[in-house]
Amino acid sequence: MALPDGVQYRTFDGEERLATRGEAVYGEPVVDGWRAWDAHRSKLGAMYELGMKPGLDDDDRVLYLGAANGTTASHVADVAGPTYAVEFAARPMRDLLSVAETRGNLFPLLKDARKPETYAHVVEDGLDLLVQDVATRGQARVARANRRFLHDDGRLCLAIKARSEDATREPDDVFDDALDDLREGYEILDSRRLDPFHADHLAVVATPR
Amino acid sequence: MSEGWFAGLATDQVGAERVREGSADAPDAWPDRAIEAGIVTSEEAYYDRLHEATTAAARTAMEECERADDQQVIHAVRAMDDAGRMANELAERVAEWAGSRDAESGTGIDYCRELAATDPAEPADERLVSLAERAIELDDERDALERYVERVVRDAAPNLAALAGPTLAARLLALAGGLDSMAKTSSSTVQVLGAEEALFAHLRGQAPSPKHGVIYVHEYVRGTRPEKRGSAARALAGKLTIAARIDHYAGDRRPSLEADLDERMRRIRTGGEDDGAA
Repeated sequence: MALPDGVQYRTFDGEERLATRGEAVYGEPVVDGWRAWDAHRSKLGAMYELGMKPGLDDDDRVLYLGAANGTTASHVADVAGPTYAVEFAARPMRDLLSVAETRGNLFPLLKDARKPETYAHVVEDGLDLLVQDVATRGQARVARANRRFLHDDGRLCLAIKARSEDATREPDDVFDDALDDLREGYEILDSRRLDPFHADHLAVVATPR
Repeated sequence: MSEGWFAGLATDQVGAERVREGSADAPDAWPDRAIEAGIVTSEEAYYDRLHEATTAAARTAMEECERADDQQVIHAVRAMDDAGRMANELAERVAEWAGSRDAESGTGIDYCRELAATDPAEPADERLVSLAERAIELDDERDALERYVERVVRDAAPNLAALAGPTLAARLLALAGGLDSMAKTSSSTVQVLGAEEALFAHLRGQAPSPKHGVIYVHEYVRGTRPEKRGSAARALAGKLTIAARIDHYAGDRRPSLEADLDERMRRIRTGGEDDGAA
């Protein structure tokens, strides 16, 4: 499988693990400057482990929605070029800021991903990748609203959390509806459940249509 | 046509305010636009300035949010104590008045609830029942405020709330004047917060030093036998101070703090050390 140069399998304590090169941020093991990327703590990491192609390439320009405390965003910024990290909650912003301190290409934004106009004056257009992991209702709608930041051949890498849409419905039904909604703005290239790494999550790779 | 966050920015301005407050209908090739506008001379320089502006904006917004949270906790816990105190005062009045009319009458909020369920026979009973209802409403409001405090203090100070329990955490924040002040306070001050009268009597040379303030209500102080209580209070205050500092400066949950505290208390309670070096 073709991984970008910035993402490699390295040996940690005798075990082959996914890794990126950068400053450690959450106590993950580091060997020769490479930090292990824990697929159980990162949906994007899980996508790699499951053999998906999330579309992240070296020096890509990235918009990351739902950066939370920056665990995954830090790995993305290790690989990518300019990385815009949007997070709605103030609480995890402290961690995200310390991740951004050692990464000049990571731009934290305390903004609501449902309102792209509140950060369109900061985030540039023509981006290569949109990563989305937001725990809100209408996750497909958020992805469509943020399509404006991608160039025509860009990639959407989306983790849909079933419980954020409707905790009472069958996850598969929730996913079907979300994919239908998503097809209004994207062509879906691949989709897969993230078990056993993350329960009731569907990972989707798509491109603007 | 939308403008970028940097439009009209002077060389010495960071632009954090623009990042926070601005908006645009559509994104644009902002690095190119900034170079065209003469704001920066290269893409690299653009991203440096963007990094400075976005981190500064995020930091300010975050700090404002957190400040707001702990102040809400403080108002709410004070309101909770006010409502509780007034409910009890009214309940006492109800008990005293009811005692003059009915030898079988009871006391407290529970008695108010009994009374409120009865049909008033005379004008005086009408007033009494009505007064009992007010006491009950205030007591219910006290409970609602407590639930609110429990929820908000877990956001404002998650580690402190986990170690102290939400209500005690809120009281400590109120006595210290906020998370910021508590994080900057020494553990010996935290130990006697709420015992200021005893502390000043001690400082005037008229009394022994107080062993504990409001942290007395914590099971680890109250539930420890008297001769070990000073050690327990000192150890607990130490851990609570650390928790407040983590909440203020880091903000993440550290479950190991509780394990540390449990272990330390186990050692104090089983004897061994009288004077704990925390």
